[in-house]
Amino acid sequence: MADQQPIMLRTNALRKNFGALQVARDVSLTLPRGCRYALIGPNGAGKTTLINLITGRLKPDAGTIELAGDDVTATPAAARVRKGLARTFQINTLFPELTPIEAVTLAVSEREAVAGQFWRRLSTQTEAIDEAFEILTRLRLADVATQPTRTLAYGQQRLLEIALALATRPKVLLLDEPAAGVPKDESAMLFSVIAGLPEDISVLFIEHDMNIVFRFATRIIVLVSGGVLVDNTTANIRTDARVRDVYLGHGAHG
Amino acid sequence: MTPLAPTAAPHAWLARQSRWSWFEVVFWLATLLPFFLFPTYLTLASQVAIAALFAISVDLILGYAGIVTLGHALFFGLGAYTVGLLSARLGWGEPISGLLLAGAVAGLVGFVASYLIVRVQHLALIMVTLGLGFLAYELANAMTWLTGGTDGLRGVSMWQIVGTFRFDLWGYTAYTYSLIVLFLGFLVSRTIVNSSFGLALRGIRENVTRMPAIGSDHSWHLRKIYTISAALAGVAGGLLTQTTNTVGLDVLSFQRSADVVVMLILGGTGRLYGAILGAIIFLVARDQLAGVNPQYWYFWIGLLLMVVVLFMPKGILGFLAKLTGRRD
Amino acid sequence: MSNLVIVLFDGFAFGMLLFVLSVGLSVTLGMMNFINLAHGAFGMLGGYVTVLVMRQLGLPFIVALPAAFLAAAALSIVIERTLFRRLYRAGELNQVLFTIGIVFVATAVATYFFGTVQQPIRLPAWLRGTVEIGGIRFGTYRLFLIAIALAITALLVFGIERTRLGAQIRAAVDNQRVAQGLGLNVEQIFGITFALGSGLAGLGGALAIEIVGLDPSFAFHYLVYVLIVVSVGGLGSITGSFVGAALLGIGDVAGKYFVPEIGSFLIYLILVAVLLWRPLGLFGRR
Repeated sequence: MADQQPIMLRTNALRKNFGALQVARDVSLTLPRGCRYALIGPNGAGKTTLINLITGRLKPDAGTIELAGDDVTATPAAARVRKGLARTFQINTLFPELTPIEAVTLAVSEREAVAGQFWRRLSTQTEAIDEAFEILTRLRLADVATQPTRTLAYGQQRLLEIALALATRPKVLLLDEPAAGVPKDESAMLFSVIAGLPEDISVLFIEHDMNIVFRFATRIIVLVSGGVLVDNTTANIRTDARVRDVYLGHGAHG
Repeated sequence: MTPLAPTAAPHAWLARQSRWSWFEVVFWLATLLPFFLFPTYLTLASQVAIAALFAISVDLILGYAGIVTLGHALFFGLGAYTVGLLSARLGWGEPISGLLLAGAVAGLVGFVASYLIVRVQHLALIMVTLGLGFLAYELANAMTWLTGGTDGLRGVSMWQIVGTFRFDLWGYTAYTYSLIVLFLGFLVSRTIVNSSFGLALRGIRENVTRMPAIGSDHSWHLRKIYTISAALAGVAGGLLTQTTNTVGLDVLSFQRSADVVVMLILGGTGRLYGAILGAIIFLVARDQLAGVNPQYWYFWIGLLLMVVVLFMPKGILGFLAKLTGRRD
Repeated sequence: MSNLVIVLFDGFAFGMLLFVLSVGLSVTLGMMNFINLAHGAFGMLGGYVTVLVMRQLGLPFIVALPAAFLAAAALSIVIERTLFRRLYRAGELNQVLFTIGIVFVATAVATYFFGTVQQPIRLPAWLRGTVEIGGIRFGTYRLFLIAIALAITALLVFGIERTRLGAQIRAAVDNQRVAQGLGLNVEQIFGITFALGSGLAGLGGALAIEIVGLDPSFAFHYLVYVLIVVSVGGLGSITGSFVGAALLGIGDVAGKYFVPEIGSFLIYLILVAVLLWRPLGLFGRR
């Protein structure tokens, strides 16, 4: 179904070396609009590196990245975000002393280019605050919206990661192990939030728990040693022997 | 979960963060006390007001945006020399235009320097600020024909403020004038830190790596606040020249850059009143202790610094706020 | 021509002094990212220990040098154990301020005991005067200084490249977490390195008396030079410190000799330019 949608993100033969180590070898991916894809692979396969390459934190040695048809390979990270490419971090990368309402309002006002207004009181940026609170409410963070981020429960901080990304109004959202460190029962809840994200956002998520992957992803990309081993629909992957050997054998219980 | 009911809650909370409190009103009323209680200390009071304005300017970049600087005397000195040279060399002693020009010159140099500042972090940043500070000091020292070098600039004299108030020997005018300029500078800074721009600065301080990931061109924010901060520091420097009628090389010294950071740490960074409180404690203590022996003074200030860093990481004001249970 | 040689020679000797003063800070900074502005204070301590050992105990200069090393190393162990250890994760501003606090206290203590006057020492006869080589007279003490600095460099390079402790130090500078993962006791390695580095600073302070004098402002004044060497040379790099110190020493002396009007201004210009060109220093890797 998603296959008839326009392509929102495309990478062409992305390559990156750290010294002699090849961490991305000719990775080519396409994410159509509204997709729910999973990126899996053993530890050290280069999943986070790939996200860093796509979002512009790292510069690829070769290959190109297209966002909604535009080549963004040379575009700075912040500008890619403004064009609709957002991510979350595997390790919480939040603003410890800011409250969620402040952090998300900040992200909204950066998007609306009003963050540089130093003459206007923050509390008068009503539209940005409204939108921020609406996002926080959607992610079940309304109750803690005015508490410093560092005092939030870990699971709430994971949700805030997503809230910050949503505040940029992404077309493509890359989730780097959104449930990393979250207890199993809570991670199902977290993924039901992800499943409920607006339908036109293309989502690619990294996740180790194969039950969750099979439940929420329509297509799975298996990355091994920096290269794409398999890129296929969830139904086909279930029965793919190679995936079972390389990945599921070690990773299914970890 | 209630479906999107009270959106008023976060607005009210955010509005509360920037509301004037009774504490602030009382504080600013208390700044008038020296006129009645310590009329013989008005000169010191002006010095405190000037140092407080300088400390606020540093707080904007250090406390709010997280740029550690050990060379901000560069901008203070630029302002001081702008006003001094304007009077001693060009014969223009009108105070208010002098201050504005001091701010403009320092702000302009700050804008240029900000392009260098945003390129470096950590130790390199500290060293670049330090290097720029020393550079300015040595430049002023080398240009003795212009600056008067270590002897100071002679022949600075100020006209009456708005053509009416003469700078008197007891410092009534000087303190009134300094206090008004401090208050205006404080209002500007308060507006900035309570704006969405102020929020973006705190975002940079809290997590600079996250800023690009929410689409922020944070180096532009940094350049902007650095320029504003430099201009404020320049105004403070200009004020010093106007209230003392002299400029020496010490306005550009490393000592001044270090002292202002010490004041800020003592009072508490990231809170404007911390800058003011730090300036009061620092200068009053120095006035009292330096009379005994100037060397003891640095012993105690060093000890105090160590204690504050180890036990009161948010400064004295932060420590007090914690004791009284206020959030900030 | 002979002027140029002398200026280069004096500059190089001054640079070697700066190298001894700063190499310890470079290595410890590279390892722990701990910005220790009190490093110059250890140098000052070495200077005053030398003065005491020579004047009060009447011992020769050559005995005072190891005493300066040991005193600075010993005190640094105490301070590292009790105070610095709490600040490794405290952020650079806190480190800067805390160690500036130490410098303030050290300066005040030095003034209390010795006053603000210069403390000259009397060198043994064999270090005084000049040596004539190829018609040019070189200061004997400066030759001695260069010899000591080169010997230290050789020892350090050999120690770092060839010994077990050296290998551990290299691992810890390269990647602390990996080193820890390999079962190295990084804290202990750091403690030893820190003591060695501070000891060298103490030795540098002792050697400096004859060249630049000694008074309570030493800790601050030479801190600036030390920081320039470290940041220009690059953290954690002995080669970098050596090259940085030599360049700064020669540049400083030559600048003050040939263009006295802008000599002291020039080194800061170079500092800023180098850091903008290479924020990690000439030999910095991270």
